[in-house]
Amino acid sequence: MATLTLSGIRKAFGATQVLHGVDLEVADGEMIVIVGASGCGKSTLLRIVAGLETATEGRVLIGGRDVTALEPADRDIAMVFQNYALYPHMTVRENMAYGLKIRRLPRAEIDKRVAEAAGLLGIEALLDRRPRQLSGGQRQRVAMGRAIVREPKLFLFDEPLSNLDAKLRVQMRAEIRRLQRRLGVTSLFVTHDQTEAMTLGDRLVVMHEGHAAQVATPMEIFERPADTYVAGFIGSPAMNFLEGTLTGGGSAVALKAGAVIAFADGRRPGPDGMPLTIGIRPEHLVPDEHGLPVALDLVEPLGSETVLHGRLGDGEALAIRLAGRAPSGDRLRVALPAAALHIFAGEAGQRLDPPPA
Amino acid sequence: MSNAASTTDAAPKRDWVTHAVLLLGVVVFALPIWIVLMGSTHDSATIGRGEVPLLPGPHALENYATAWSGTRDRIGAQSMMLNSMVMALAIALGKIAITIVSAFAVVFFRFPGRQLAFWAIFITLMLPVEVRIFPTFKVISDLGMVNTMGGLIIPVIASATATLLFRQFFMTIPDEFVEAAKIDGAGPMRFFWDVVVPLSRTNMAALFVILFVYGWNQYLWPLLVATDAEVETVVIGMVKMIGSEANTEWNLVMATCVLALLPPVAVVMLMQRWFVRGLTETEK
Amino acid sequence: MSCCGTSSARTGPERARGVERKVVFRQRWLPYALLAPQLLITIVFFFWPAAQAVWFAFLRQDAFGIRTTFVGFENFTDLFADPLYLEVVRNTAVFCTGVTILSLGVALLLAALADQQIRAATAYRTLLIWPYAIAPAVAAVLWIFLFHPQIGLIGRALNAAGIAWDYKLNGNQAMLLVILASAWKQVSYNFIFFLAGLQSIPKSVLEAAAIDGARPMRRFWTIIFPLLSPTTFFLIVVNLVYAFFDTFGVIDALTKGGPAKATETLIYRAYVDGRVNLDLGSSSAQSVVLMIIVMMLTMVQFRYVERRVHY
Repeated sequence: MATLTLSGIRKAFGATQVLHGVDLEVADGEMIVIVGASGCGKSTLLRIVAGLETATEGRVLIGGRDVTALEPADRDIAMVFQNYALYPHMTVRENMAYGLKIRRLPRAEIDKRVAEAAGLLGIEALLDRRPRQLSGGQRQRVAMGRAIVREPKLFLFDEPLSNLDAKLRVQMRAEIRRLQRRLGVTSLFVTHDQTEAMTLGDRLVVMHEGHAAQVATPMEIFERPADTYVAGFIGSPAMNFLEGTLTGGGSAVALKAGAVIAFADGRRPGPDGMPLTIGIRPEHLVPDEHGLPVALDLVEPLGSETVLHGRLGDGEALAIRLAGRAPSGDRLRVALPAAALHIFAGEAGQRLDPPPA
Repeated sequence: MSNAASTTDAAPKRDWVTHAVLLLGVVVFALPIWIVLMGSTHDSATIGRGEVPLLPGPHALENYATAWSGTRDRIGAQSMMLNSMVMALAIALGKIAITIVSAFAVVFFRFPGRQLAFWAIFITLMLPVEVRIFPTFKVISDLGMVNTMGGLIIPVIASATATLLFRQFFMTIPDEFVEAAKIDGAGPMRFFWDVVVPLSRTNMAALFVILFVYGWNQYLWPLLVATDAEVETVVIGMVKMIGSEANTEWNLVMATCVLALLPPVAVVMLMQRWFVRGLTETEK
Repeated sequence: MSCCGTSSARTGPERARGVERKVVFRQRWLPYALLAPQLLITIVFFFWPAAQAVWFAFLRQDAFGIRTTFVGFENFTDLFADPLYLEVVRNTAVFCTGVTILSLGVALLLAALADQQIRAATAYRTLLIWPYAIAPAVAAVLWIFLFHPQIGLIGRALNAAGIAWDYKLNGNQAMLLVILASAWKQVSYNFIFFLAGLQSIPKSVLEAAAIDGARPMRRFWTIIFPLLSPTTFFLIVVNLVYAFFDTFGVIDALTKGGPAKATETLIYRAYVDGRVNLDLGSSSAQSVVLMIIVMMLTMVQFRYVERRVHY
């Protein structure tokens, strides 16, 4: 168990810059989930921590020790791969014991650790089987067992649930969470699935094109996303984005769709007429006779709720989530409560908050 | 493509050593050819004296011309190369043709004796020509085919290896293809020409390379069967040129040697991709 | 013919169809017609001669070739009682082992190194692949030009350095030379298979090993080599068959079995006895011995290939 510090990590493959400077501090025992779309650099970041790639610039410190120049073998870490990467020619037991044998642990100690990990994961019955005889979920558990017995300073997970079917994924997610809490090992978990991210992480790192767009707890990311990318990435169905301009001396926004809404939490700096992007989640829209008209073109009844897709007067698309059944008809009027608005400005869609008082 | 031994961005030092050893290997393998190539451009006296040249000499054209058209004692490489070419092509194409239809029959039909036929073909794997040379020679002799191209080609043309290869490949053709063909009203031979053969192109290309090389490099069988200068192949002809040491014209031998290895090497190099795929995929 | 890998019922895991197809054609006579050419040639030129070889192995001709008598296993017992024949067996064993180990070892080394260079691997393969195309006899002639005591580059150098090098006189040197020439040619074939085998090992398995603490050498011996074992085993069999039979040309070109039969292998002796000495009985008996050896090797290959682990 140890802390992890990443400072100024940059990585270029030839002429392509993949990571543009990532900083991160992870506390002992914390589970950090690195989430983002394909190609955002999250796997590269993980592999740099593991030592499987070398950063072009920057340092990695594990437990305060600078490991940037060290081989993976010397970093005292364990990794669970997306395709499990079990040794095909060894039994489950041998797979789990491999790393310990290399470290010359006494036979008795190896047996003890393997038995304990097997018990924890419920794979005692599989110890003498080979990987090809196991199902996906079982292989996953063995891969985790191999990581656990090492009692490393750091656990690294590289999209370990992506190859499992949906139901198994949900189950394994919970198991990984419970296991990590119980063992208290500092962990980095990479995924592209936002649900996994939200449920597993103590804190999230949302990666976007080689930058860490936001580093915060799941709820904070959900309630106060740092930019339009993060806002659009977390939450399903995705947040709606509408165009508007700053007005009323910074106290309200004039939506292109028509309404003018005063901010609930204070003025924003900037000239009137400054373009803004307004975000509002589908579940926060409220049906209101005096609200904006929406022409519906798709209704998705999900049972406990309904998702409606339509367009506002100016042609902008809108998704609305309502509890229960859908109202009939192909038109609806909705209001945008001021308290539920997220205000973003500028090229990068950065969150625009009122300056601290 | 996986990178088995290194798992980190390769340390530059290890890289350098790796390349050095590999290049050394390439040189070691290329050295004999280089020597021969160089030797073939010098005259007989130089080589006989033992001044082994590492650089090209002035007699290239002369040597190759002589080797090609022959001297008064020896038939030229020209006719030998022709024999070898005919033999190699006939063996390669012949084997492919015969075995592909056999494999087709065994895989896509049900008939009494099917298993027997398959095992009969399979058993020939254990009977390379080298273990049946004299009796086979007797058969050829009885048929009056000694010193003919037919005698050279036919006994080696029924190959179990190629049949097995095609069979294995045919087993992977989805049932849907056969069913679609039947629905379209195609008979088995139509199916063969329109579906199976196009699908087998890669296999056939790979096999062609392997069989051409095999055919061109045949030694033991032609040694027995093709004793007349007219049907002599270039590989054997070249070895015969190394008669008694005293009057061997080494430069001509070298030139013939180079000629002898050009066609198969060219075939392998040009069709390299298919060749490697054919070799390694059949092993699985 | 050991030109390429042979595997009978093994198909890809995604299309394991067993031994038969489900959907077939119903014509009755067509399959026979299709099989006829191959079966005809097989019977006339394979089975009939092979049967004759077996039969002749039990006969003996008198000196004039006029009378033949059935002698049971006498030809065989004479063979194995003949110290010269046993010498040939010993030569063959040395030769085959030498060729196999040398060509496999060098090929594995080069393949392991080439595999480390993802981009250059194909280039190296191109540079190393062409000896496959060279006839064994031609390879032998090439090596003559290197090692001939008078005209060979290395041969002369050795003699100049005071080492008495003449493979035409020294049996051990002759054996060394035929082994080198034969192995030289086989390395490219083995290289292709080893490289393909190495490239099929998932990179993540080796990364996992690295993270588990294994250094490159340990990774090679505990992970890569075991995973390569099916390929290795297959190649051992193929190389042995090559060394037994296809190397006839090498010996004929380089040493003709000499000096004093130091490089006479089983196949060469069978040829000499049949062609030169015209001893039909003994030659046939030797052919039968060779047949048995091939059969054993082929059976080993298929039995093992059938049971090969499928990852």
